[in-house]
Amino acid sequence: MKPANLEKTAVAPVCLRRDLVENSGVCVLFEGEQIALYYLPGETPALYAVSNRDPLGEANVLSRGIVGDVGGELVVASPLYKHHYCLRSGRCLEDDTVSIKVYPVALAGEGVHIAAGG
Amino acid sequence: MQARKIVIVGNGMVGHYYAEKLAALPGPFEITVIGAEPRPAYDRVHLSEIFAGKKPEDLALASRARYRALGIQAILGEAVVAIDRGAKTVTTALGRRFAYDTLVLATGSYPYVPPIPGADRPECLVYRTIDDLGLIRVQAQASRSAAVIGGGLLGLECANALKHLGLETHVVEFAPGLMNVQLDPRGSQFLRRMIEALDVKVHTGKATTKIVSGDSHRLKMQFADKGGLDTDMIVFSAGIRPQDTLAREAGLRVGERGGIVVDYHCRTSDSDIYAIGECALAGNRIYGLVAPGYRMADAALSQLTEEKIPFTGADMSTKLKLLGVDVGSIGDAQGQAPGGLSYEYANEKKNVYKRINVSADGVKLLGAVLVGDCADYDTLLQYYLNGIALPEDPEALILPGRVDTPVLSAASLPDSAILCSCHNVTKGAIIHAMDGGALSLAAVKAATAASTGCGGCAALLKGVVDAELAARGVEVDNHICEHFRFSRQELFHICRVEGIRTFAGLLESHGRGRGCDICKPAVASILASLWNEHVLKQEHVGLQDTNDTFLANMQKDGTYSVVPRIPGGEITPDQLRVIADVAKRYDLYTKITGGQRIDLFGARLDQLPHIWRELVDAGFETGHAYGKALRTVKSCVGSTWCRYGVQDSVAMALLIENRYKGLRAPHKIKSAVSGCTRECAEAQSKDFGVIATERGWNLYVCGNGGMRPRHADLFATDLDDVTLIRYIDRFLMFYIRTAERLQRTSVWLDKLEGGLDYLKQVVIEDRLGIAAELEAQMSGIVDSYRCEWKATLEDPEKLKRFRQFVNSGEPDAGVVFVRERGQPRPATRAEREALQTTG
Ligand SMILES: Cc1cc2nc3c(=O)[nH]c(=O)nc-3n(C[C@H](O)[C@H](O)[C@H](O)COP(=O)(O)OP(=O)(O)OC[C@H]3O[C@@H](n4cnc5c(N)ncnc54)[C@H](O)[C@@H]3O)c2cc1C
Ligand code: SF4
Ligand code: FES
Repeated sequence: MKPANLEKTAVAPVCLRRDLVENSGVCVLFEGEQIALYYLPGETPALYAVSNRDPLGEANVLSRGIVGDVGGELVVASPLYKHHYCLRSGRCLEDDTVSIKVYPVALAGEGVHIAAGG
Repeated sequence: MQARKIVIVGNGMVGHYYAEKLAALPGPFEITVIGAEPRPAYDRVHLSEIFAGKKPEDLALASRARYRALGIQAILGEAVVAIDRGAKTVTTALGRRFAYDTLVLATGSYPYVPPIPGADRPECLVYRTIDDLGLIRVQAQASRSAAVIGGGLLGLECANALKHLGLETHVVEFAPGLMNVQLDPRGSQFLRRMIEALDVKVHTGKATTKIVSGDSHRLKMQFADKGGLDTDMIVFSAGIRPQDTLAREAGLRVGERGGIVVDYHCRTSDSDIYAIGECALAGNRIYGLVAPGYRMADAALSQLTEEKIPFTGADMSTKLKLLGVDVGSIGDAQGQAPGGLSYEYANEKKNVYKRINVSADGVKLLGAVLVGDCADYDTLLQYYLNGIALPEDPEALILPGRVDTPVLSAASLPDSAILCSCHNVTKGAIIHAMDGGALSLAAVKAATAASTGCGGCAALLKGVVDAELAARGVEVDNHICEHFRFSRQELFHICRVEGIRTFAGLLESHGRGRGCDICKPAVASILASLWNEHVLKQEHVGLQDTNDTFLANMQKDGTYSVVPRIPGGEITPDQLRVIADVAKRYDLYTKITGGQRIDLFGARLDQLPHIWRELVDAGFETGHAYGKALRTVKSCVGSTWCRYGVQDSVAMALLIENRYKGLRAPHKIKSAVSGCTRECAEAQSKDFGVIATERGWNLYVCGNGGMRPRHADLFATDLDDVTLIRYIDRFLMFYIRTAERLQRTSVWLDKLEGGLDYLKQVVIEDRLGIAAELEAQMSGIVDSYRCEWKATLEDPEKLKRFRQFVNSGEPDAGVVFVRERGQPRPATRAEREALQTTG
């Protein structure tokens, strides 16, 4: 994943830092897409953005999964059938044929910015 | 080489053991087993478990298919009636003839029925085979009361079984005391009190002289002292006699009082014929236990190999397998050795009696009697069997409450120590198996057969295996996940002792990495059980499953179900109307559950607070359907309405549900209360169930419906309200403390070392001395209960989480419903796609 190039992002932030929940996820609607944002203050980077849709469970729920690590890789566990998706690569740990979209994201001041198109 | 023909007569426990071991020897052998009973060998030792619900198949030691696979010809349901020693053949009842080179007699024994007039009536039975049990059951159905003649080991076991069939039960013993072979007179007295406490009536010093038709009952027993007893059926358990008829008729030497005489090699007076098990008289003695029979089989088998093992006698120590009555007898229980010393501890309040008999020089343990508390049995047995030198004050071995009680550690046992007497497995053999790669308890059991017999050695075996694993640096892996090298039980302990209140704190001090979806919710549950803090508190956010975070159950399409608590299933029409109004307003699919409440499905995340606001305003509380917590306490209407009810089951269900609502546990907990034994609330399929009796309540524990149903075990009877609640407090808290993650009470009990008996000791007798602490912990939780939904609605910060998008008020476009039978349901993928293209 390349670091978010702030120049190319929309000028207005998609949401503010205070909308985020530490060590957990929230969801934003960005250009018609549902994006899950995870704010993990202890990590570098501290912010991760992936598609909110669990492709295996076929529902928009990933922002409501538990984040943690499996063998050191940062993951979110889908609340539906507990598949793990890697927050950095979007890879599904249980099923090689599936992955989710990862978005460049960054904090600028109090604003959260996502780069469209990933 | 011509195969040697070996015929085994009798397919009981010992005959089977011999056949199985023989098939494993090099050979070639042509093996034939002939048994009189219609089914292949089964575990006679655990016969009484059939009354507790086991099926004959559960006790099977062998099967026809297994014999076939081993190349053994099995002739079952056909007794051998004659041996022709000249022609070397045996003949069966059907006239079939089988030739042998070597003949093995394993015909066991039969119950002795004294020649009392009337003993041949159909209501008079014996207790030895599976078929006998069928007859007992049939008679029991037509009986109100039963008497067992004989107060020995088997008689008491049988009485216990009859008691459990619901009969008024008597034990009639000729001698002055119960179990007077294995116990000393004082121990026998203590036992009597305990047996009587089980509501079994004991009559000692009574010789039955006649059995005639009774007045109030079907039978009347007349005693030599002119007294008598009315009863509906009688089971004889007055000792066993070796089954030696065949041998006797074939001219083999038999003992004066029966039994086929054998030498050290279990050879009879005909060198081609062996006798093993209960039919054999070895060293002028009959061994009425299974382990010595197995040793005889080993000795006889060794005659076919290079290494000849003699049978030189065997240990006759025993433990009684009675529910709630601990009795153990080791070696010389009566203390008959000249010059020997004895030490006794007797406590009439607690009903505990212990005695050890030691050698004159005080160095060796010669025997022991344990009544009311068998905890020291394994240790004492090891001292006895291995001749381990006693500590300077041997009394320390049996005195209660001494912190410095010498514990015989696994490491201190000699390699020659026999750990499992059923299968004759020594500590050395266990270590050898572990050297060979058996590095878990299960692997050791599979490799050595240790602990696969009566199971009495299970705790000892585990101790040795664990110690050995630790010595080898192998970790016993019950770690909850990769982030903590601890089990849930250990984590619970750590949090409690160290007062840890956050996941981050626990991870930092005892874990590694960042945690995951396994350890985070488990720790959250532990913290909630310990400190009962609101699950949405800032530090706990992110630890919970979505269901716990949003206090609702996520369904397959990402929407949630809403379940208000309806304690005991009791609901007013007005409350029903509130639920109906809410369901209508938010267009929720509505269904009645098995737990006597109402589930509302299809609520979007952003709708949850609105729905709950209405429910809470109308007085509803959360039903915790989303949590690993107390779910429902189902009830029947009980004595208030029902013609049969004997107690107010609804009031009790309300009391229980309101007390434990919100309690977090390793898994969900369900309960029920029935107003009488008709059991309309199905309390016996619950984690804990309560059934009303004339005198109070019976408590059942560890039942389970669902995928692997399990009937709950009867735990305590005729409790008053206060005691009932106290026991439930302790039971639940002990479960919460010691169970593993996602372990239902049923599985927990199965895995609990010592099982139901141990659980009773902890909860009822307070053996661990933690009852007060468990109760205090529970009352802390009860006192700090708050409805999580009410608390959430009062906190704007928490409410902020109930938004699909933090930057938009739009609903989730991915949630699509269609209608079916007048209610909404999630659209299938095809329906969704069709709707999206047209819409
Ligand atoms: C209720 C109960 C509880 C017990 N509890 C314990 C305990 O806790 N601990 C313990 O160590 N022991 C216990 N025992 C004793 C234990 O079961 C016996 O020691 C053991 O079964 C002896 O094995 P066996 O093979 O010698 O005899 P059995 O198991 O009695 O087998 C003999 C078999 O030979 C068959 N047979 C007899 N004659 C013929 C013939 N002519 N032709 C063909 N077949 C024939 C019989 O039908 C029978 O099936 C208990 C016994 C009972 C009944
Ligand atoms: S369990 Fe007994 S009291 Fe309750 S409804 Fe059934 S019959 Fe009536
Ligand atoms: S002592 Fe019976 S199984 Fe080990």
